[in-house]
Amino acid sequence: MSGTETVLSAKGLVMRFGGITATDNVSLDLKRGARHALIGPNGAGKTTLINLLTGVLTPTAGRIELLGQDITTLAPHQRVARGLVRTFQINQLFDSMTPLQTLALVVSQQRGLGAHWWRPLGASKAVVERASELLVQFHLADVAEQPVKHLAYGKRRLLEIAIALACEPRVLLLDEPVAGVPAGEREELLQTVAALPTDVSVLLIEHDMDLVFSFADRMTVLVNGALLTEGDPETIANDPKVKEVYLGHGAAAHG
Amino acid sequence: MTDPQSSLLRASRWRPWEFAVWIVAFALPALVPSHALLVNEIVIVALFAMSLDLILGYTGIVSLGHAAFFGFGAYAAALFAKLVMPDPTVGLVVAAVLTGALGAVASITILRGTDLTRLMVTLGTALLLLELANKLDWLTGGADGLQGVVMAPVLGQFEFDLFGKTAAWYSLAVTLILFFLMRRLVHSPFGATLKAIRDNRLRAMAIGIPVASRLVTIYTVAAAVAGAAGALLAQTTGFASLDVLAFDRSADVMLLLVIGGVGWLYGGIAGAIVFKLLQTWLSSVTPQYWMFWIGLLLVLLVLVGRDRLFKPRTWLRKT
Repeated sequence: MSGTETVLSAKGLVMRFGGITATDNVSLDLKRGARHALIGPNGAGKTTLINLLTGVLTPTAGRIELLGQDITTLAPHQRVARGLVRTFQINQLFDSMTPLQTLALVVSQQRGLGAHWWRPLGASKAVVERASELLVQFHLADVAEQPVKHLAYGKRRLLEIAIALACEPRVLLLDEPVAGVPAGEREELLQTVAALPTDVSVLLIEHDMDLVFSFADRMTVLVNGALLTEGDPETIANDPKVKEVYLGHGAAAHG
Repeated sequence: MTDPQSSLLRASRWRPWEFAVWIVAFALPALVPSHALLVNEIVIVALFAMSLDLILGYTGIVSLGHAAFFGFGAYAAALFAKLVMPDPTVGLVVAAVLTGALGAVASITILRGTDLTRLMVTLGTALLLLELANKLDWLTGGADGLQGVVMAPVLGQFEFDLFGKTAAWYSLAVTLILFFLMRRLVHSPFGATLKAIRDNRLRAMAIGIPVASRLVTIYTVAAAVAGAAGALLAQTTGFASLDVLAFDRSADVMLLLVIGGVGWLYGGIAGAIVFKLLQTWLSSVTPQYWMFWIGLLLVLLVLVGRDRLFKPRTWLRKT
């Protein structure tokens, strides 16, 4: 359940590309431990919003705060160091490494060892222990030493999320975690998402309404770059505006 | 799962064949003294290629102008010996540090952009330096080169001899030390962050790796090592000429690194041996056309794949 403390706060975010307004005065508060879903039809500006939050884009106007500190102009890697971490809709992995090496690297980086060049990767017992723990937690232990490029899609998807969690996030942005996962591997992934640590605040961007409604305790609906409404899942599900612009489209698409 | 820690550490452990390679390398000047000069040349080219491997193989940064650093190091060492002092070790360190500084400045040009823009920008940087060395003839000797570089004995003990035995051992010792350091580096967490940038720059950023600062660092290190290789050449041949900066040298080093294999340091050594031996052998058989055979080897390697080419039993199997 969500606490009362706000961990991530976006205030009046505006992003214009030339004459197009991709994000139109969006404000969003994420509470500690929140399970917050961000939904909206294609082109609603979800990706732009994620890029603004993670620092890939700098907003035309507005302000972003993480744990009370202004991070609006920080570079992406600096936001990660402060605990704002994302996953990607399309897997972004290190194909030449194994899952074990990948996680050892990410944990090393997270613990400030990323610039150490004398001792080998894996020399730190604590790093290896944390990496192994994540491998087990994400059902990757059996493929820990296979090259990432040879892994099955579902395993790659799990690794995608494991990498983010290895960054020890305070806020985790999950970008369509089950996108493209075949039915047989889906359950494993859903369980993993459900079992994410409760003190991590999660913002979930998702098209899969089953997952959204089973996962989220709060929802924000974006349409045409602007905030349509925000509320708990039940309110959103019964909101006629939402039904009209979003669920209507969704139903037609799933048709 | 086997013990994950030992499995991670296995990658960085020295294999028996690696010791063998270095023992043989150090024995060569004594075993075949008549070819000590060739050994020296191969070692220098191997060191140069390893420095390129740091940025190309490990970090994924293509460069067609790596000779800029090799040449700069060569001129720096030659000038230092002429104008300041003839001690080779001090000259080597000075040349490497100066070249590293040049690399740090030049790294600004490779922070952004695609492979193509990097190819052009590195090529341009090398051409700039080449033309500078040509124009500043009061300092560099211009097209005549910088002649009459006389070196003091190595560590005050070992005179450079005419047959190149001291030269070969000196180059081997320097190369082994730098190789050892580079080997530590590529197997460290730092090295892993470089591979992460190579594999997926977007994700590297998203796990908190300061990509720009990593690129500056590794480009600086690679430049310093290339500068050391150039310095070795100038010191052991007593000469620096414009060809140390030439485009051919940048192209050759990339070619031989691809032949030897990128991303494992020994690729530079293997490539240097194959390249130099083929060059020596073929250019005595067909002086004008030796590049034809090098070209053919390269085309085969890239099209057929290294694994398949060197494992004949895979030839009949379908991919």
